[in-house]
Amino acid sequence: MKIRTLEQLRALEHELRAARDRKPCVRVCGGTGCRARGSEDVFGRFRVVLENEGLADAVEVKFTGCHGLCERGPLVSLAPHGIFYQSVEAGDVPAIVTETLARGVVIERLLAQDPITGKRVRQEQEIPFYRRQQRIVLRFNGVIDPTDIREYIALGGYRALGDVLTHKTPEEVIEIIERSGLRGRGGAGFPTGRKWRLARAAPGSIKYVICNGDEGDPGAFMDRSLLEGNPHSVIEGMIIGAYAVGATRGIIYVREEYPLAVRTLQIALAQAREYGFLGEAIFDSAFSFDIEIVRGAGAFVAGEETALIAAVEGRVSEPRQRPPYPVQRGVWGHPTVINNVETWANVPIILERGPEWFARLGTATSKGTKIFSLVGKVANTGLVEIPMGMTLRELVEEIGGGALPQREIKAVQIGGPSGGCLPKALFDLPIDYESLTEAGAMMGSGGLIVMDDRTCMVDVARYFMDFLRDESCGKCLPCREGTQRMYELLTAMCEGRATDADLDVLEELAQVVKETSLCGLGQTAPNPVLTTLRYFRSEYEAHIRQKRCPAGVCKALIRYVINAERCTGCVACVQPCPQHAISGQLKQPHVIDPERCIKCGICYEVCQFGAVEIV
Amino acid sequence: MREIEAIIERYGAQRRHVISMLQDIQARFHYLPKDALMEVAARVRIPLIDLYSIATFYNCFSLLPRGEHVIKVCLGTACHLKGGTRLVEALERELGVREGEMTPDGRFSFETVRCVGACALAPLVLIDERYYPKMTQRKLTQVLARLRRPQPAAEAG
Repeated sequence: MKIRTLEQLRALEHELRAARDRKPCVRVCGGTGCRARGSEDVFGRFRVVLENEGLADAVEVKFTGCHGLCERGPLVSLAPHGIFYQSVEAGDVPAIVTETLARGVVIERLLAQDPITGKRVRQEQEIPFYRRQQRIVLRFNGVIDPTDIREYIALGGYRALGDVLTHKTPEEVIEIIERSGLRGRGGAGFPTGRKWRLARAAPGSIKYVICNGDEGDPGAFMDRSLLEGNPHSVIEGMIIGAYAVGATRGIIYVREEYPLAVRTLQIALAQAREYGFLGEAIFDSAFSFDIEIVRGAGAFVAGEETALIAAVEGRVSEPRQRPPYPVQRGVWGHPTVINNVETWANVPIILERGPEWFARLGTATSKGTKIFSLVGKVANTGLVEIPMGMTLRELVEEIGGGALPQREIKAVQIGGPSGGCLPKALFDLPIDYESLTEAGAMMGSGGLIVMDDRTCMVDVARYFMDFLRDESCGKCLPCREGTQRMYELLTAMCEGRATDADLDVLEELAQVVKETSLCGLGQTAPNPVLTTLRYFRSEYEAHIRQKRCPAGVCKALIRYVINAERCTGCVACVQPCPQHAISGQLKQPHVIDPERCIKCGICYEVCQFGAVEIV
Repeated sequence: MREIEAIIERYGAQRRHVISMLQDIQARFHYLPKDALMEVAARVRIPLIDLYSIATFYNCFSLLPRGEHVIKVCLGTACHLKGGTRLVEALERELGVREGEMTPDGRFSFETVRCVGACALAPLVLIDERYYPKMTQRKLTQVLARLRRPQPAAEAG
């Protein structure tokens, strides 16, 4: 059915919501993390068990997008009870159906436990991981079935679009976005409203809007989770943006590494066409617009907007000099607005709740919320959304639950390969565009990787340089050769072959690459080196002067030994050793032969008594 | 070759869709056969060298055939911190080939990938597109042993 008026949309919304509220609902998380842990089986099992119990018509089961707390998956939430079960296995399903759904009895062992009080908590909001979050862009993630547009409509979806097309001029829409203070969520934080205004003013009858879903930063999965969990919020934002700038064509550029996101988007676009939100004369207005998907073939540099345009045009993804900016000359030479997935998803909410409401969230210069993928050496890994201005400490300690057992957090890496490592001493820094840039990092798209005392900062810098030299498109010399040389210098440091002079060269080279590279990616490529040098210089010096890796990571500088006092002689490490380097009888302390040892670390991995030590 | 023809036709043999064509060919054959590239070049009227540059620029393309089982070790930041590199070394030892290569018997290909966006499960290994979360060297050896076992010809009744 095609929706032509706001009244029709409202009527449908009421009808769908009423139907929705009538039944209890089981929401099984279908995010990547939970899927990898078997949530598809859990979902399938629910269907079978409900059928067998004769409850198939009385209870609804949905496979939703990411709930966020990936660490404890598979996650299952029950509405309207609000009960939140974690680490659910297919074997738990019969109990959930016969106990909780049929008789209202809560299964204690599947509830989350408060780490401080040890008390079991029932509701999502009682879990510390969720308590401090403000889920606005992610509000429907984990609630709706992303493959059914009616789910989105039932919760008010496409209402903002209907209102825009029937009551607002493009100028008014741009003004609202400007007043909201929304800035690009892809990394650099350019004001979205200003970008739209420039594109609207650019001459040309054909204009494009593009959703940048390349998400090439390692350690980031925000865009993926949004596209997989609530694709219509992104699509609705793009249609509104297209109307504002006068575009008739839209492109969603999404990585091929995200096949589920591609599939979900294909379904969502087809449904949006069916309901008339895409196509000719949307909401019976004079505005027509459609969106196509372009699958990225895997190139980090494609996240840069001019490189992305090259990829969309079917060429090798190399950036070009700006200006002209894409808002002036973009795809096929036409004015083009490129915004990130999360930026687009913010648009419908701003129009629905008003720019003043949005501008009240966050800080003076950074409005709204930001989604982060909180990963690495932290207790609660997952997808989080916080108001701008929250401190790193609150994010890492309270939401993330702090360090892993017996470890100590020493830094976070924020902003991906273009970002930087910030030490614990700066954890009171508020998360906003300016503060992070000033500290040498950047907001980036939302990857936040926690590092602890077992993370070597020289190795981290080397890792990023390895990534960047591989992903550098090779067009400009400073980035192509500079990242390679920095990688070689860092490798020499990790292997204990470097001198103090190398450190000076590294520092100088980093400055040169920063100042002379062609595109934003090259200019920010030295950030991982510069920030680790700035905040963790002593670790570099230990590698160079004492030939020592304080974190015990760099293979050439460490040895594995067995602590005879702790070793119980269980022989668990003897057989897995690929070098047969461990000798020792049952119940006698074992010994590693350093001549044979290749430092693979399997013994360290398998020892349950902490007897294998790194020195 | 008829399949290649169908893929080219799907995109109307248009120059701008050439990356999508290569993606579909890669999905079908798990690599880009030389004949297929030549066919695309001829039909789309694009120099073969341009296709070669696209095929070698983007990470998802391979010019070499892949094995029966494709093992991918994720080397995103979170996976790196949690020991992804050690998994690479373990595979090199176990399979006797280096990253990007195929075992001589054609059973396994092994490659590394730059983040598959499942960082909460680090370190991660994908085998034939199935995710193996929180991988250890030990678990990896066990999975390999299972895959190596000859498949039973028929299910025992």
